Amino acid sequence: MTSRIDQVFNTARRDGRKVLIPYIMAGDPDLAATAELVRALEAAGADAIELGIPFSDPIADGPVILRAAMRALTHGTSLTQVLDTVRALRAHTQVPIVFMSYYNPIYVYGDARFARDAVAAGVDGVIVPDLPPEEAHGLVQAAREHGLATIFLLAPTSNPARINKVCRQATGFIYYVSLTGITGARLTDFGDVAQRVKAIRARTTKPVAVGFGISNAEQAKAAAQAADGVIVGSALVRVIEERIDAGASRAQLVGAARDFTAALRKGLDG
Amino acid sequence: MIQPTDTYRQPDKGGHFGAFGGQYAPETLMPALDELEKAYRAIKRDKAFQQTLNSLLKDYVGRATPLYFAERLTRRLGGARIYLKREDLNHTGAHKINNTVGQVLLAKHMGKPRVIAETGAGQHGVATATVAAMLGLECEVYMGTEDMERQALNVYRMRLLGAKCTGVHYGSRTLKDAISEAMRDWTTNVRTTHYVLGSVLGCHPYPMIVRDFQSVIGKEARRQILKAEGRLPDLLIACVGGGSNAIGLFHAFIKDREVAMLGVEAAGYGVDTGKHAARFAGGTLGVLQGTLTYLLQDANGQINLTHSVSAGLDYAAVGPEHAHLREVGRARYTHICDDEAMAAFDLLSQVEGIIPALESAHAVAQVVKEAPRMRPDQIIICNLSGRGDKDVYQVARMRGLSIT
Repeated sequence: MTSRIDQVFNTARRDGRKVLIPYIMAGDPDLAATAELVRALEAAGADAIELGIPFSDPIADGPVILRAAMRALTHGTSLTQVLDTVRALRAHTQVPIVFMSYYNPIYVYGDARFARDAVAAGVDGVIVPDLPPEEAHGLVQAAREHGLATIFLLAPTSNPARINKVCRQATGFIYYVSLTGITGARLTDFGDVAQRVKAIRARTTKPVAVGFGISNAEQAKAAAQAADGVIVGSALVRVIEERIDAGASRAQLVGAARDFTAALRKGLDG
Repeated sequence: MIQPTDTYRQPDKGGHFGAFGGQYAPETLMPALDELEKAYRAIKRDKAFQQTLNSLLKDYVGRATPLYFAERLTRRLGGARIYLKREDLNHTGAHKINNTVGQVLLAKHMGKPRVIAETGAGQHGVATATVAAMLGLECEVYMGTEDMERQALNVYRMRLLGAKCTGVHYGSRTLKDAISEAMRDWTTNVRTTHYVLGSVLGCHPYPMIVRDFQSVIGKEARRQILKAEGRLPDLLIACVGGGSNAIGLFHAFIKDREVAMLGVEAAGYGVDTGKHAARFAGGTLGVLQGTLTYLLQDANGQINLTHSVSAGLDYAAVGPEHAHLREVGRARYTHICDDEAMAAFDLLSQVEGIIPALESAHAVAQVVKEAPRMRPDQIIICNLSGRGDKDVYQVARMRGLSIT
C-alpha cells in the first residue's frame, strides 16, 4: 500500500506541482483550534500538515515557535492529547499529518509505543530535530514495524557522507534545512538552496522538501525551485500569534491562517 | 555489577558512557561536532599544544592548586582527616577555568575567531571571557535573567573583560535556557564560532573534552595526598551540578577501587517539595540538550523547573558519565538542601577562614555528615570548587542585610 505521504509526492511530481506543507504548533492556542486549523489549511491548498509537539526546551527553534510551544504548554498540551486530536481528525480528512517533536517526549512515551499509537491514530510520519541517524535505531526500527515514516533532516553543513547516511535512513521525504540556523531566521541565498538540493537529489530518488526561513509566497516559489516542496512554519505561526495577541475570535484566527496558506499555494502554482 | 575499573574506557566511539550520553544534536551541528572531536584528538597528541596549555595552567591560572589539610575543621567534626582541594584559588576563583583555558586554546587552534558560552552562577562565563580576552578572541556569554540578578557581580566582571553578556528571558531564565540559547547561536554561527560548554553535559564530544580538561584536579590531588599521607584517600566528595568539578576530581581515582566517591546534588527546599535539583533522587531517564541522562521532568517529558540556592547546581540534567559511574556502582550520589549548604558556608568561613562558593558549600555540608562517622586515621578529600565572593551579596540579602 502506498502511504499518504508517498501518494502526495508522487501525484505532485506527476502533475509538475510543488508540495506545500504548513507547520502549526499543536495546542496553540488550544487543541480545538488545532483541529480546525488542520482542516482549514487543507482546504486552502496544503498537501500535508506538519504538527509541532510542544517541548519545554526547543533548541532548534527561534523565538516565534518557542513562544508557540510555551503557549501550548501553559495548558498542558501533551503528546497523548495530540494523538487523540489526530484520531478525531481522521473522521474528516485524509491529509498526511507529520509530527515534528523533540526526542524527549517520544523517548519518555517509548519508541515502540509511540510508533504504534501514532500510526493507529492516523499520523503518517515523524521529524525529530534532535535525533540524528546515529541515535535513531530504536525509533527507526519501531517506525518501520508500524509503517510510520521517519523524516530526517539535512543542512547546508551536511557533507556527502552524511547526505548518504541520511538518505538511506529517511522514509517519506527528506527535510532540507535551507539555512545554517534556527527556525524563523531569514533565508536570502536561494541559489545556494537550489544547488544543495540538486546535490541531494543526485544521491537519492526520495522527495526533498525545503524548510526554514520561508515566509511568503515569493520565497516559497524560489525555495521550491529545485525541490519537491516547501515547509512554512514560523511565518504561519506568527500569523496565528498576531491574532491571539489581538484577542481575535477563533474564526478570525483560522481565517487568517487559511488566507496566508492560500496565498502560499497561489505563489507556488503561479 | 561493578565493572572491572582497570578497563575503564569511556565514552565509546559514539560518545556513550554505558547506556548514557550520546549525540542527540540537530543535523546542522553534527559536522561541527565531528570536526571538534577530530581537532580535540589531534591536540591531545600535539606536544606544542600541550606545552602551551600546561604553561598557561601554571603561570596564568596558578596551578597546581594546594591540597590543604583543614585541621580545625577536622578537629571540630572529630573523625576523618579532611583535605580541601583548593580550586577556589584558581584565577577567577573556581575550577571552571581549567576547562576554558583548554577549550579557548582549542578554538584558536581551530581558527575560530569567536567563542560563546552559557553560564549559570557566572563562573564559567567569567572564566570563558577571561581566557578569550587573554587569547584575543571575541566572546559572547548567554545567561538566564534570573541568574543575572542573583549574580550581578559576575555579569559586570564579564563586561569588564570585554565580553558581551546576553540575557535569556524565557523558560526558567536560568542555566538550562542559557544552554539552549547558546546552542541556537552555535547552530547559526557554527562556521566561525566555537561553543565553550562549561560542564560535562551536552552532546558528545563535550562530556569527554570537559572531563579531560578538568581531570587535572584529580591528577594533582592524587599526587599531593600520596606525598602528604603516603596513601590514597578513603573518600572523595564533590558537588554535582552538571558535574565537571566532581568528574575532575574523581577521574584520576576511578581505577583505585579502594577510594570511595560521593557526588552531592542540590536538594533545594527538599526533594519531596519538588523544588530541588537532585536528578538522581527525583529524576528519570530522558534526553535534554544533546545527551541521554537523568532529568527532572514530568510524565510527558517536559523539563521541570529546578531550584537551588546555588545557581551553579540549579539544572535539570546531570552529566552522563555520573549516571554511568552510579549505574556501575563506582560512585554514589546524595543530596544536600539549601539550609544545610548555608550552614556549611558559615562553618567553613568561621573555622577555616575560607568562604566557599554556595556550590562547594554543598560538598562541605556532606563532609560535615561523613567525617564524624569515619575513623581518625581515614582521609576525605573534598573539592572546594570555587570561592564564595560571588555569593556574599546574595547571602546577605537572604539574611535581610543590605551591604550595598
